[in-house]
Amino acid sequence: MVELKARTPCEGLLPLEVGALRLSEAEAGPMTSVAAFQGQDATLSTEMKAAHGVTLPEPNSVTESGNARAIWFGPRMALLTGTAADPGLASHAALTDQSDAWAVVRLQGDGAADVLARLTPIDLRPGVFDPGATARTELQHMQASVTCLEEGNYQIMVFRAFAETLVHDLKTAMQAVAARQG
Amino acid sequence: MRLAGDGQIDRSRPIKFRFDGVEYEGLKGDTLASALLANDRRMVARSFKYHRPRGIMTAGSEEPNALVTLGLGPAQDPNVRATTVELFEGLMARPQNCWPSLGFDLLSLNDLAAPFLGAGFYYKTFMWPKAAWEKLYEPIIRRAAGLGALSMEANTDRYEKAFAHCDLLVIGAGPAGLMAALAAGRAGADVILCDEDMRTGGRLNAERLEVGGQSGADWAEAVTDELQAMPNVRVMTRTTVTGAYDQGTYGALERLAPDVAMRPGAPRDCFWRIVAERAVLAAGALERPVAFANNDRPGVMMAGAVRSYVNRWRVSPGRSVAVFGNNDSAHRTAADLIAAGVHVSALIDSRQDAQCDLDVPFYAGREVSAVHGGRGVEAISISSISGVEKIQTDTLAVSGGWNPSVHLTCHMNGRPAWNKQIAAFVPQDGAIPGMVTAGACRGDFSTRACLEGGMAAAREVLQDLGHAVPDIDLPRAEDSTYDITPLWAVPGKGRAWLDFQNDVTVKDVKQAATENFQSVEHMKRYTTQGMAPDQGKNSNIGALAVLADATGRGIPETGTTTYRPPFVPVPIAALGAGGQGKGFAPERFTTSHKASVARGAPMIEAGLWFRPSYFPKKGETHWRQSCDREVCMVREAVGVADVSTLGKIDIQGPDAGAFLDFVYTNMFSTLKVGRVRYGLMLREDGHVMDDGTTARLGENHYLMTTTTAAAGQVMRHLEFVHQALRPDLDVRFTSVTEQWAQFAVAGPKAREVLNGLLDAPLSDEAWPFMSCGPVTLAGVEGRLFRISFSGEHGYEIAVPSRYGDALFRALVSRAEGLGGGPYGMEALNVLRLEKGFITHAEIHGRVTAFDIGMERMVSAKKDCIGKTAAAREGLNGPEREQLVGLRPAGEVKMLVAGAHLFNADDAAVRVNDQGYVTSVGYSPVLETNIGLGFLRNGRARHGEVIRMVDHLNGVETLCEVCGPVQFDPEGGRMRG
Amino acid sequence: MRITCPYCGERDRREFYYQGDAVALDRPDPEAGEAAWDDYIHNRDNPAGVTRDLWYHETGCGAWVVVTRNTVTHEILSCELARGAKEAGA
Repeated sequence: MVELKARTPCEGLLPLEVGALRLSEAEAGPMTSVAAFQGQDATLSTEMKAAHGVTLPEPNSVTESGNARAIWFGPRMALLTGTAADPGLASHAALTDQSDAWAVVRLQGDGAADVLARLTPIDLRPGVFDPGATARTELQHMQASVTCLEEGNYQIMVFRAFAETLVHDLKTAMQAVAARQG
Repeated sequence: MRLAGDGQIDRSRPIKFRFDGVEYEGLKGDTLASALLANDRRMVARSFKYHRPRGIMTAGSEEPNALVTLGLGPAQDPNVRATTVELFEGLMARPQNCWPSLGFDLLSLNDLAAPFLGAGFYYKTFMWPKAAWEKLYEPIIRRAAGLGALSMEANTDRYEKAFAHCDLLVIGAGPAGLMAALAAGRAGADVILCDEDMRTGGRLNAERLEVGGQSGADWAEAVTDELQAMPNVRVMTRTTVTGAYDQGTYGALERLAPDVAMRPGAPRDCFWRIVAERAVLAAGALERPVAFANNDRPGVMMAGAVRSYVNRWRVSPGRSVAVFGNNDSAHRTAADLIAAGVHVSALIDSRQDAQCDLDVPFYAGREVSAVHGGRGVEAISISSISGVEKIQTDTLAVSGGWNPSVHLTCHMNGRPAWNKQIAAFVPQDGAIPGMVTAGACRGDFSTRACLEGGMAAAREVLQDLGHAVPDIDLPRAEDSTYDITPLWAVPGKGRAWLDFQNDVTVKDVKQAATENFQSVEHMKRYTTQGMAPDQGKNSNIGALAVLADATGRGIPETGTTTYRPPFVPVPIAALGAGGQGKGFAPERFTTSHKASVARGAPMIEAGLWFRPSYFPKKGETHWRQSCDREVCMVREAVGVADVSTLGKIDIQGPDAGAFLDFVYTNMFSTLKVGRVRYGLMLREDGHVMDDGTTARLGENHYLMTTTTAAAGQVMRHLEFVHQALRPDLDVRFTSVTEQWAQFAVAGPKAREVLNGLLDAPLSDEAWPFMSCGPVTLAGVEGRLFRISFSGEHGYEIAVPSRYGDALFRALVSRAEGLGGGPYGMEALNVLRLEKGFITHAEIHGRVTAFDIGMERMVSAKKDCIGKTAAAREGLNGPEREQLVGLRPAGEVKMLVAGAHLFNADDAAVRVNDQGYVTSVGYSPVLETNIGLGFLRNGRARHGEVIRMVDHLNGVETLCEVCGPVQFDPEGGRMRG
Repeated sequence: MRITCPYCGERDRREFYYQGDAVALDRPDPEAGEAAWDDYIHNRDNPAGVTRDLWYHETGCGAWVVVTRNTVTHEILSCELARGAKEAGA
């Protein structure tokens, strides 16, 4: 019988260090898109809290509990990561497995925000994009999800097939930022 | 000539550089211009049109003359202003627009022909013969009139773009800008302070003025140190704000310091998009020249620039300097020269009542009427009513007054207003939403007024932003009044320059007026005044004043031309930064990419995706051999193709079926769970948008497939229909294109391939044509669809993408054991052509369901997007070009996609056009080229022989019209 | 240009796809007749002044947004969800 070997999106591309900056592939675990059906937002949030300890996040924010993290992903929609979604949520929301759909990387280190500022037009200032903040935005030319996990530590997601471009774009920006840092 | 004394140069750090093939030495802190002047290089360039000798005229980004080419080879940078180039070790610059050399330029003959080369010369001279323009005149003109040249090699430098956000953007770090930034910084606002110079201070670096009891430059440095220590303030030197755009967006070009730009990975320039809640424009003012005969000779410089060179760089541009002006700037220049020990040969002040307290030959109420000397100033003529006096001097410093830098305030249609008292245009308040102006750019010229203006601007902004305004005692500073009597052009013989960069003289502007180009915009375009890279920074006001005079109007009625971004030239490489090489577009790789490349498959781009063209085998030397083999392989055994690039949209919700009924022409609410149906999607105008199969995975759960090309468009469309038209329907969409790696397994042995891999074998009963359902392979949960784009017994199998690479290899390996293998896009195209299956070559945006013979798929039982419009007259009759199959029927056995169709006896001209060919390929099974196309009333013309003409390639053939399905029209192979 | 997505807040224009006039929200009844459908599909004003357009937050959250703006001053007067505008109008 055949054995199917799993590969991660950034296999062979990461980790990468440039100056004080580090880029690595994140082990995000199961990822499920949770999109509320009409009028179900509140119930869904309650059920999510009961099942996973996280509520349905408000726009541009993240809820976390243990390994479970719900990242706001669009109107009345979140990406539940780090835990397999409770099938019971399906009566309140469309559950769609996305575990293999995204390349997920972490950008860390002094100047990480400067690296991102070369690729995304969003406002990354402290006070605006603090830990717990997330944005659906553009990264260079790609649709992306960018989340601030802690100061100088960002999770960046683009579609899996763009993994090489993601690493290329981030690496170029990291080199430029590191060069300025001297 | 370098002077003694303290300036903003480091005498302990000499820097070697080359200009025009000669090695020179400058100092740390120098610009290329100051270093050239320190080395007594006067002539540095030839002018644009007349190739006249030119020298350095200014000390800033407004420099019209001293354009040089920096560097060599791929990184060479033409048209760089020597006044803005920071000197670095090994810098190599050369003059441009001269041949064979700067000293002896053949095209300087143009200067002798000047009487014939005035305004409108090209328009009048090169009108006929028409054919001569491209072949003769234009190449000559382009060689003669030009700036620097590109290397014609790909640029090896890196460029970068970046985004920044702030509460307050302060544009300009002179006294006004520094004061505004200081107040806002202390108040806690997020501030970005930009200045195009390598250091802050603005004019304070150029003057001997004190601020708060210390030198202006020291005060600026102290304030900058304080600002740099604030976490909420970002000081960006070497950064020119180039444009003001909508909703508080500003463009800014940052040139990295030479030592930083040389580090590996560092960009040369960075183009910033800065989003600011508020902005303070403190851009200062630019000194303007006066027009008089030969005022473009090397050695004629702006008076304020002379002060910059003397005070900041300790360089005297000459040994004997005359100063001429219509305001006190001239006097200040003379005083600074004297203080530096430079001989001042004369001070000429055109104001009748001017007084002078300096010990220099002083000429009140007099004007410089001409400069003498060929390659540089040797003498000047000073005229008065009583006559002309000629005095010897090697340099002339000129001040015609100061023009506030209103540019950015005009970028959103704002028009500056004429201020008679300072004889200059000043910005209108509110011209850019959120921006206030401060200091010299609004006409407040004294240092004290600049500091006050900066503070006032900060106060206004901080109050708007809800910050408390800090108490700051303004430092003591010079507060002199500005007294000016306008003087634009001194009458007299000889050509007097207005626009130095584009070689436009007073005579040209007057001639334009005479020829009735009296609007300032017309004059500009007729004479080209203000159209050079400096955008007329030195010349616009002078030129319009001359025009006003020539047309008998006042300056305010004449008005200015439109100031547009960018404020300084921006390299395209910087504007497009990030778009070089791989940054141009993202690359989207399937999970089978590596395995396909390893097999030698040439990859072709399909949108952003890369797909294998074909998989060459040993001995195959032409793609057709591989393609033919792959087609036969699928028809006879089995083939494997990656179809993951097709869009896959997961659709769930109680109203999912109803929603699909609305976006598809046919019914999906009636589809049984576990079944797949082909669907056709229209645009609201009745034309086909996309097609594909949709599977029903559960009662409220569908999986839609789109074409690769239209995946993004369809997702957008679904969201639009849902959010904007049918928000009442309870349904959600999620793209799962990337979640699943999906492979077509097609051919008589398809089931055999899968049965070796699936945990439970397939049977015909359980898996009829157009069925779908979950399967497992080696314990991995996958999805299987019995669908076919090849016309063979076929399946598409999907697994989570992490297993895609492994599954592709396993499928191919198993298929190869059964006489099959992988197939690429070429074979896939032939297979679908044989079956008459359409792609976006056919549904190209102008065809209807009727045209492709699918009008019966538009359900009569329900409304759907596009249904009403599709029923319109003209979209459903014999006049329509309808989908047909084509085969060559004459001597020439070729078909060409894009060729047009004509009746066999008609001339191949447009009026006889009957249709066109959309797709062609060679069918190894049918042993002929086959094609699909659209032919007028085509469905009624099967069997007819028509004429195909490809006018572009000169191919012509007769071909037979047939049904689109040319292989297995009954479909027994894929159903069986 | 900056557009305020009702979900994501103010964002750069590059994140949005421009569709066209917000008349697309008001789909006529299938029986409304040719004139109504012509107006819906084809006929557009090109005003110097206030327009209502549809923008899609394509690289953002996927919301369709009705943007009311002035083509002369470039001022953006309002940004609302197409969904909301539809429901309010219905």
